Amino acid sequence: MDNASCRVLWEAICDNRKEPTMANVISDETIEYVGILAKLELDDAQKEQAKKDLAEMLDYIDELSELDTSAVEPMSHVHPTCNFFREDVVTNGDDRENILKNAPEEKEGAFVVPKTFD
Amino acid sequence: MAKEYEVVIGLEVHVELATKTKIFCGCSTAFGGAPNTHTCPVCTGMPGSLPVLNKQVVEYAMAVGVATNCEITRHGKFDRKNYFYPDNPQNYQISQLYLPICRNGYVEIETENGTKKIGIHEIHMEEDAGKLIHDEWDDVSLVDYNRSGVPLIEIVSEPDMRSAEEVIAYLEKLRMLIQYLGASDCKLQEGSMRADVNLSLREKGTTEFGTRTEMKNLNSFTAITHAIKGEIERQSDLLEAGEKVVQETRRWDDTKGESYAMRSKEDAQDYRYFPDPDLIPIDISEEWLEKVKASQPEFRDAKKKRYAEEFGLPEYDIDQITSEKALADIFEATTAICNQPKKVSNWLMVETMRLLNAHEMDASDIKFSAKHLADLIGLVDQKIINQPVAKEIFEHMFTDDVDPVAYVEEHGLKQESDEGALKAVVEKVMADNPKSVADYRGGKEKAIGALVGQTMKAMGGKADPAVVTKLLKELL
Repeated sequence: MDNASCRVLWEAICDNRKEPTMANVISDETIEYVGILAKLELDDAQKEQAKKDLAEMLDYIDELSELDTSAVEPMSHVHPTCNFFREDVVTNGDDRENILKNAPEEKEGAFVVPKTFD
Repeated sequence: MAKEYEVVIGLEVHVELATKTKIFCGCSTAFGGAPNTHTCPVCTGMPGSLPVLNKQVVEYAMAVGVATNCEITRHGKFDRKNYFYPDNPQNYQISQLYLPICRNGYVEIETENGTKKIGIHEIHMEEDAGKLIHDEWDDVSLVDYNRSGVPLIEIVSEPDMRSAEEVIAYLEKLRMLIQYLGASDCKLQEGSMRADVNLSLREKGTTEFGTRTEMKNLNSFTAITHAIKGEIERQSDLLEAGEKVVQETRRWDDTKGESYAMRSKEDAQDYRYFPDPDLIPIDISEEWLEKVKASQPEFRDAKKKRYAEEFGLPEYDIDQITSEKALADIFEATTAICNQPKKVSNWLMVETMRLLNAHEMDASDIKFSAKHLADLIGLVDQKIINQPVAKEIFEHMFTDDVDPVAYVEEHGLKQESDEGALKAVVEKVMADNPKSVADYRGGKEKAIGALVGQTMKAMGGKADPAVVTKLLKELL
């Protein structure tokens, strides 16, 4: 499918969307847990907003579940292609100077991060 | 009365593959580079960079799967394992959860009760993480991403092992298979093979598994043995005291001989795996799989059998020279040239092993060529040099792969075997050592040794000891 037809399909899906039913409810515990996993510190207002957003997303997924997919083969990947490989040949040289420009801070050729241990 | 427990062990073994480049980019995997000199936007997780799979990684993983009797997954893909840690710049590790490349295999190990199958649950491909170094001066951590993206396979066994001995036999088996395939050098000390031990106890006769712990930081066979024995003791003490074993990851400290619970890498062990959309699925054709099957080498067990049949070598020799693929390779190449299997085996088992230990080197670091070892054996066989001189030359071959024939010429090391030339020297030695002569004539046969020694000394070590002994016997 090319980009243009993808766009058409996406717009069609959006147009046909029902109003959110809010069948899903995200609990305080869940939003707390998701926040920990995502390393996000949310204030109370942000938590409420996130609960609402996530519930809407789940509702939409529920909507997709209404479709009969019994005759559709499970898709393991979005790309309709396979076996795209590199040969085992070194193509990159020492680019440390440029790579370290991405470091918030550098020392002795390494990225500096807050003290971390197992 | 104390209950009897049975130990149940499963292993997760990570093996670093011997590719020249990383799994998803063209950066070198060479050891010892200065920090971050083998990095690029892909292996440092820069947004917008795209990973492309190294074909050799798939071939090595398939080869290990075939060697361990696994089913090869014909349609595979990669998944993202999400966690935050500074050694992992993408905040996810690319691994395989849903469709690992190999499944349902086994290897056979020898135990005191005969051959035993150890099941292999799966083998998957994944990328290694970077290295964190703690900087005491600034109280920060420094990250080197040279190892980030180095290809690994993780071999997950079934919980089929029942003792430390079985664990070591299993690891040794894997190490030999993988080393003979050339898929990795499998050096525990250098971290190219790492084992995590999952261990639980259950009352003898029961079938339900107990609560297990996972032990990390095991970088030698001895550390693994110690850690297993220590953990069996710790868990049975807990159970005996009526306490519960907590499921956790523990770090083994081999110097202290004890383990301690690790702080988890994340507060919650929830990796939220999902398919990596950046990577294209892998389809393994019948033809490709057949090619990998056809290129399986002769493994250690087959070699052992053949060496016994073809060369008639003693079991001990065979065990030694097949214990590293590099030794077996040089044995075969040298024997093919000189057709003296026992002599080649002796040079490898005695002098080579001694020098490898003295220099703290591995068999894979051997520099001397098969041709030169064959030449050295030929020089001794033709009585051009004697054994002590050969050993001296071998030391130079070991360090610099010198050509023994040229070396003998350059250093004038040819031995004197001519009876006429040696006779005068022997006579002089006898005249200078009347006591030894008298001892020998008086019945002390051992006294001849001193006279041989003196003659060798007078000849600067370059006499044929057999000829010297013969002459002495005649003249005495």
